[in-house]
Amino acid sequence: MGAWASGPAEHEFRELPEKTGFSVDELRSLYKRFMQLCNEEGTLRQEDFEKIEHLQLNPIRSKIIRAFFDKRNFHKTEVGTVQEIGFVEFVTVVSYFKLPETNQTKEQAAELRRKKLRFLFNMHDTDSDETITLEEYKYVIEDLLSSYKTIEKETAKAIADSAMLEVANITGRSMENCGSITFEEFFQILQDVEVESKMNLRF
Amino acid sequence: MPARCRWAGAWRTFPRVRWVFLLALFAGAVASASAGQVNDTDSGATGGEGTGHHSRRAFPVLAVNYEYIRMPFEISLWILLASFMKLGFHLIPRLSGVVPESCLLIAVGLVVGGLIRLMGETPPVLSYNLFFLCLLPPIILDAGYFLPMRPFSENVGTILVFAVVGTLWNAFFMGATLFGVCQAVGGQLESVGLLACLLFGAIVSAVDPVAVLAVFEEIHINELLHILVFGESLLNDAVTVVLYHLFEEFGNVGIVTLADVFLGIICFLVVAMGGIMVGAVYGVLAAFTSRFTSHTRVIEPLFVFLYSYMAYLSAEVFHLSGIMALIACGVVMRPYVEANISHKSYTTIKYFLKMWSSVSETLIFIFLGVSTVAGPHAWNWPFVIATIFLCLISRVLGVIGLTFVINKFRIVKLSNKDQFIVAYGGLRGAIAFSLAFVLSAKHFPMKNMFLTAIITVIFFTVFVQGMTIRPLVELLAVKKKKETKHSINEEIHTQFLDHLLTGIEGVCGHYGHHHWKDKLNRFNKMYVKRWLIAGERSTEPQLISFYHKLELKQALMLAESGSTAKLPSIPSSASMQGESMRRSTRGRALPQISKVKEEEIRKILRANLQKTRQRLHSYNRHTLIADPFEDNWTEVRLRKKRVEMERRVSDLLHLNSIPPKPNLSCQRMMMGAWSEVKVIVIVKHSTTHVHTTKYVLLLTHSEQWAAMKGSRGAVCGDGALLSGFTVAPWRFGTRTSNLLITGSFPYPLGQPPPQ
Repeated sequence: MGAWASGPAEHEFRELPEKTGFSVDELRSLYKRFMQLCNEEGTLRQEDFEKIEHLQLNPIRSKIIRAFFDKRNFHKTEVGTVQEIGFVEFVTVVSYFKLPETNQTKEQAAELRRKKLRFLFNMHDTDSDETITLEEYKYVIEDLLSSYKTIEKETAKAIADSAMLEVANITGRSMENCGSITFEEFFQILQDVEVESKMNLRF
Repeated sequence: MPARCRWAGAWRTFPRVRWVFLLALFAGAVASASAGQVNDTDSGATGGEGTGHHSRRAFPVLAVNYEYIRMPFEISLWILLASFMKLGFHLIPRLSGVVPESCLLIAVGLVVGGLIRLMGETPPVLSYNLFFLCLLPPIILDAGYFLPMRPFSENVGTILVFAVVGTLWNAFFMGATLFGVCQAVGGQLESVGLLACLLFGAIVSAVDPVAVLAVFEEIHINELLHILVFGESLLNDAVTVVLYHLFEEFGNVGIVTLADVFLGIICFLVVAMGGIMVGAVYGVLAAFTSRFTSHTRVIEPLFVFLYSYMAYLSAEVFHLSGIMALIACGVVMRPYVEANISHKSYTTIKYFLKMWSSVSETLIFIFLGVSTVAGPHAWNWPFVIATIFLCLISRVLGVIGLTFVINKFRIVKLSNKDQFIVAYGGLRGAIAFSLAFVLSAKHFPMKNMFLTAIITVIFFTVFVQGMTIRPLVELLAVKKKKETKHSINEEIHTQFLDHLLTGIEGVCGHYGHHHWKDKLNRFNKMYVKRWLIAGERSTEPQLISFYHKLELKQALMLAESGSTAKLPSIPSSASMQGESMRRSTRGRALPQISKVKEEEIRKILRANLQKTRQRLHSYNRHTLIADPFEDNWTEVRLRKKRVEMERRVSDLLHLNSIPPKPNLSCQRMMMGAWSEVKVIVIVKHSTTHVHTTKYVLLLTHSEQWAAMKGSRGAVCGDGALLSGFTVAPWRFGTRTSNLLITGSFPYPLGQPPPQ
């Protein structure tokens, strides 16, 4: 906690509660964890994430790790990835999983939903071209199935195909150019998954 | 004509009254006849033996011996009556929409009880043994086996709080206040002690699963509210058992010390945990047994029922919570048993459970009505009025207070509307009645008064609350049950979210419930599944099985809807090698399929399609969705493995037009881009040849297709010949035979056949 008070970029940290919505206590514990992960260095790199043991068994760990370094998740308009992140970016990414405020208006709830779905979309869209192609979706499915050893390649591809077909069915698009999903379509197909209530963690 | 129509209408609208009269008359007649007959046979027998042969009587051509079959006959009559009631209610169209079935059944019970009393017999009462050992277990097993695990486990904290704390609050509040009322009113009521009142409170306060199920199934509210009220009604059994035994025990002694309270708490934990563990042990045993039943499929359902019933009985031996044991058994055994048993066994289990629970529920309500007429009553206005009033008040206060606390911990808060439905849905039922019925009159001299009050409460909740809850749900615009869409995207993302949240929890370094859920899943996959699931299904991931189910459902839907549906095809750009492929997969018009053919296709597919099982969640006992599929999954898989595809069919099909065959009118159905052949549709049958030939349309990839002839091989649309894949010829009804193919094409279609 001492490092918090005397941190070099303390003025940045003062804005964090409003920017991210976390309380000061939550930020403190996140800061502690951040320092623990980066071995007191002050910035996190991909190797630091890979050392986390809980993530070892997670089938989508590469995507999770990548999400932390994806510039699109930093509330800015740039694209691409960075090599190392500071505490501000760390907290910004984690803030996507914050519980919604009580007494939210409908617009705020819709906005929050959009934000969270955007995060998911960015995770799938690895080449940052604002569309999820069939290949990218196939990788998602292969990742999900990777913990089972007896998977044939064609099954994953077949699942991806049928998922895309479903997207086309739901969005009513013609099948000629259904090789990719835009964010709007993604939003539409996942409207029954209550992301704003499921994609939350307690801090 | 008008007279006949009126008669027909009357016949249709009054079946149950006729049947009731007929049955009652029959029962009465037979009963009285048997009373006479017994005397005759007895005297005849003794007479004959005692004096050797004296006056010989004529050989009895027809003899009546009712006593021999009396017991099973009466039981069957009652069950028949219950079934006729169910039939009758659904024939009367408007009635079943307005009045819930439970109300009608109680009314029928009242009528039947009245009739029996009129005939001078004593009506049977809902005895403790009959109810708890025979009538209740099927209902609970049905509920537990089909309990939707995901919403249940997400809300288990809320459900437990309502069940435990809510029931305790209800019991103590009601008991204490009733005691106060009794003392205040005085007179006859002064002799009712505090413990007796507390016992009464404990009996009345528990929400009844049978009544809740009966009413809530008809109103189709959203899953969250359904699982909250229903889960509470199931889990409060442990509390009820402990409180009941505690107060019954100390009702004799008269005083309760602090040590007893402490012991009571321990007892509660033992009862609840013990019940769950007994159920889990039996569940694991059942799962393990089902692993070896691959050669004796016929008795598979029997194992499920027997193990569950034994779990219930074993828990009841030790005064543990039988209901929780039954639920735990069903929940634990279900995923493993379903992976092991055949599809027919699964259907059997589902149908039998629904049937038994339906009959049980009907019988329970009818007996409630009959027992009302039968039982000794002691009506006491202040007591009864106070009971009803306090029931409502304590429930409302309890729900509001608990929700206030719970909402601090919940992500999805319970709104006021939700709270109202939860409070209003707290129905009391037959469990309360049975528990009160077994009170010993010696220790509880006011037993009859208790019984009367409980019956009044039950009637009030079932009739008033049961009838008005549906219009209230409409009025308050409570969210209804969503139609499940079985979307593969949602399934993918649900799993994705689980892993994502577990990962982020790992990054942030704390162990939330995702972490533990993940650990449980991993443990389940590595150890438990291997032991309890036979064969290679133990390593099948959930996404794959979901996908296959979906695929098959789509296949059947396509076949049933005929070729009029133009389905879009997927250009799987990753798998196809050329743009020319994509160009060829443009939409083409589909010719119509004749009605006769459509029917034939539908029948054939339903009867003989070899696909995996479909798991359809249904906990509404009135609607069972038909399962048309056979279970031959292992065969299909073996077949797939046997037939290797050398090249992807999609790369090779270059059919751009159908060469006009003289007698061929092909229809085409489109499926998604499976790389293997999955669905067969009967296309046409030609009668101009000497041998009737059948062409079967195979869907391979997007719009490309091939037609197959007979069982000798296949003829591709443009003349290429295919052979070498497994064909399963089957005959159906007519002289024609149709073909079913699963597996992959080993040869490229669209090229000249190898000679």
